[in-house]
Amino acid sequence: MSWRTIAWRKTLESTLIPFGAILVGLLLFGVFCAVAGANPFAVYGSIWKSAFGKWSTFQNTLIRAAPLMLSALCTALPARLGLVIIGNEGALVMGGLAAVSIGLAIGTAAPPLMVQIAMGLAGMAAGGIWIAFAGALRHYRAVNETISSLLLNYIAIALLNHLVGGPMRDPSSLNKPSSYPLAAVNMLGTIPGTRVHWGLVYGLIACIIAYVLIQRTTFGFAARTAGGNIRAARIAGLPVGQLTLIICFLAGSCAGLAGMVEVAAVQGSVNESLNVGYGYGGILVAFAARHNPIAAIFMALLVGGILASGGSLQRTHGLPDATVLVFQGLVFLVVLYSDSLYGRFSFFKEKPQLVAPPSPPPSPGQESVIVS
Amino acid sequence: MNIAPAVSPATLLQRPPDLQVIGLTKQFGHFVALDQVSLHLKPGTFHALLGENGAGKSTLVKCVMGFHAPTSGEILIDSQPVPIHSPRDAHHYGIGMVYQHFTSVPAMTVAENLVLSRYDSPNLISWKQEMESLRSFMDSAPFQVPLELPIAQLAAGQKQKLEILKQLYLQSRILILDEPTSVLTPNEADEVLGLLREQVTAGGLSVLMISHKFREVTAFVDEVTVLRKGQFAGHGLVKDLTISDMAEMMMGERRDPTSVNKVVHHSPTPILEVINLHANKDNGVEAFTDVNLTVYSGEIVGIAGISGNGQRELVEVLAGQRDPSAGQVVINGSPYRATRSEMYQHQVYALPEEPLRNACVPHMTVAENMALRSFDRPPQSNGFLLVLRAIREMSLGLIQQFSVKTPSPETPVGYLSGGNVQRTVLARELSSDQIKLLIAANPCFGLDFAAVDFIHTQIVEARNRGVAILLVSEDLDELLKLSDRIIVISAGQFVYESPTATADFATIGRSMAGH
Repeated sequence: MSWRTIAWRKTLESTLIPFGAILVGLLLFGVFCAVAGANPFAVYGSIWKSAFGKWSTFQNTLIRAAPLMLSALCTALPARLGLVIIGNEGALVMGGLAAVSIGLAIGTAAPPLMVQIAMGLAGMAAGGIWIAFAGALRHYRAVNETISSLLLNYIAIALLNHLVGGPMRDPSSLNKPSSYPLAAVNMLGTIPGTRVHWGLVYGLIACIIAYVLIQRTTFGFAARTAGGNIRAARIAGLPVGQLTLIICFLAGSCAGLAGMVEVAAVQGSVNESLNVGYGYGGILVAFAARHNPIAAIFMALLVGGILASGGSLQRTHGLPDATVLVFQGLVFLVVLYSDSLYGRFSFFKEKPQLVAPPSPPPSPGQESVIVS
Repeated sequence: MNIAPAVSPATLLQRPPDLQVIGLTKQFGHFVALDQVSLHLKPGTFHALLGENGAGKSTLVKCVMGFHAPTSGEILIDSQPVPIHSPRDAHHYGIGMVYQHFTSVPAMTVAENLVLSRYDSPNLISWKQEMESLRSFMDSAPFQVPLELPIAQLAAGQKQKLEILKQLYLQSRILILDEPTSVLTPNEADEVLGLLREQVTAGGLSVLMISHKFREVTAFVDEVTVLRKGQFAGHGLVKDLTISDMAEMMMGERRDPTSVNKVVHHSPTPILEVINLHANKDNGVEAFTDVNLTVYSGEIVGIAGISGNGQRELVEVLAGQRDPSAGQVVINGSPYRATRSEMYQHQVYALPEEPLRNACVPHMTVAENMALRSFDRPPQSNGFLLVLRAIREMSLGLIQQFSVKTPSPETPVGYLSGGNVQRTVLARELSSDQIKLLIAANPCFGLDFAAVDFIHTQIVEARNRGVAILLVSEDLDELLKLSDRIIVISAGQFVYESPTATADFATIGRSMAGH
């Protein structure tokens, strides 16, 4: 059938354009490095080596990719409903805070698995409520969800600083105010044979669930309809408000889970290290993946790799650690720009081929398929 | 501007130039939209371009305006071949176009929009001077629009007049109008076309009008050129042609409108009851007040009215797109709040106006759009999961049954032509056997005769099956043909009601106008 050929052209378009964009970002970054006095090709080499070159270094990439996958869903899911949510960082922080609070409250009173489940649920609930709040403002009061979710980030970070500097502060954390640490037994372990924690599996599962939810379920169909045309959704009687709240909750809960993973697998306590950019990195991943959860897995690996190479750039090229953030920012800009290129290349366009009607049509309308 | 100095700028001329299109062909990929089409617009004539949807009328005028580059063929101005690559070039030769949709900036005033439309608008605007020249222009114009009013406050008729004024202000001598009266009431349409007719008769203007309405063609037009399926199908003076001659050129065969066969229903039951219903417009002003209405099974109730009198909001409330501010809607005796489960329980369907905007998700596929009513019920879903195969099979059936022309069920519905989008929605809304109530608003707006006939037949068939139908339309002929009972809405209230058989045409007209 002809629709198969249409599908591959579309798929190719949505694969090649983001990769092309990343390539252009890489090129611009090379110019930046040259200006900063480093050999761009050597820098590319270092990034490749420290991100994907060896299994031992690739594990660093995987560790960073895990929260990125989860955090990307915080932007990707609402995008299917037509919402631009960028509150990933805030939801992640709230999730981390809630997870540590529960973890500390239960302590060693329950088996570690139960504590971990409780921490995960608490993180998801906190992040979910956080973003659902932005969704509720959007639906009931028509507040722009992008602005409100962005501002919620600052509130979350301020709340984090307040709590770890005050009520939750561990007096022994001197340089960097932190909460009391989680009990070692309650920490998430690593996948056997690797240094990678189980958060990666959470991320993979969450992305796959998100994909199935959006593409293959009635809930996802309703969400895509409401996202594509809210007037059509209302004519079909779809509960737009309910969809908005549920999608926003699910989105926030993914970012919240990312926060839980960060504290329960990496940090061990909450402190300002929790907001190191996985939230904003998640936005980049979601846009580069065109809000497709499966594509987000691969984009998260790529961005995770970029982040993982920060240390090596500092060591081998004398570039500041923050250089990778410049790279990330450049890629983000180019990716956003590349969104305007869809449909511009005739190669990716489906050929207008009419399927001949199997029998003479009962009514002799003669409209053509091409809008003249 | 240094284009083709062979012809002097028509904007300086006082007479309209002679426009000829010779052997114009336009291909989009493999699709031939226009095949060797010729047209001659003589100076000082009112010319109509007729054809069904997709016949190539818009493509032809877009080639003349320089939006599309013709694949082959020539455009002659005063017998000189001229290159037209953009609307700016077209303007240079005195050609201006009025589009189907408004092109004014809503937040700006009429005066600002007029100055904005100029191709040579200065960087610094001396408003005192501009206002003076605008006022003197307005004084000499065939119709007036208040210069200080923001566009948002203009009625549709005034906006359309402004679009035409813009072209006169730009000193266009050839006016191309793309279905200019589709947003006007019959009276407004007659007024606007009548005034243009005077300008044409006075010799200061030529008009090329795309139209679907024979009434306007016979009343105002000198000559017609007819296209069919992208080809030249005929040409002639209106005084030499009958309506059926023109219809035959358009359709390729003589066809009388299908007569309506209505079944008489005994013991009708009330399906839709609207009780003291109120709702607001988007800006918070009341759209309609205290509306009471009952629609019985097997009955078509037609609501007539000039657009902007509350009928759109009434349809939106009934279709679930707008919340009422007071009152209630009762269907089959139980309160109705347009939730999905209530729609399914009572089998309520809707054919809203502008289907792409109101009833489709443009980037979702034809199959998905057809499944919008049924995707969450077996066999298309299996509880929580979609059954994609069932959705595809259902859509293949509907595509054939309603002859929707689409490359595949997986094509985004936004890629289809207007008529085929309409058919996609019709297929979804009319294919259910259990349908009890249908709410239709201007279901035939902008469609060709064949499609209109098809839709009318479907609506009457549904009525004969016992469906209760509320039909809101700005086309009075359509209402008189289809409805059993006719109601007139004016300023948000029902001001006239009568069985159609005994309805008084003059009273309907007066009620619509608010007398």
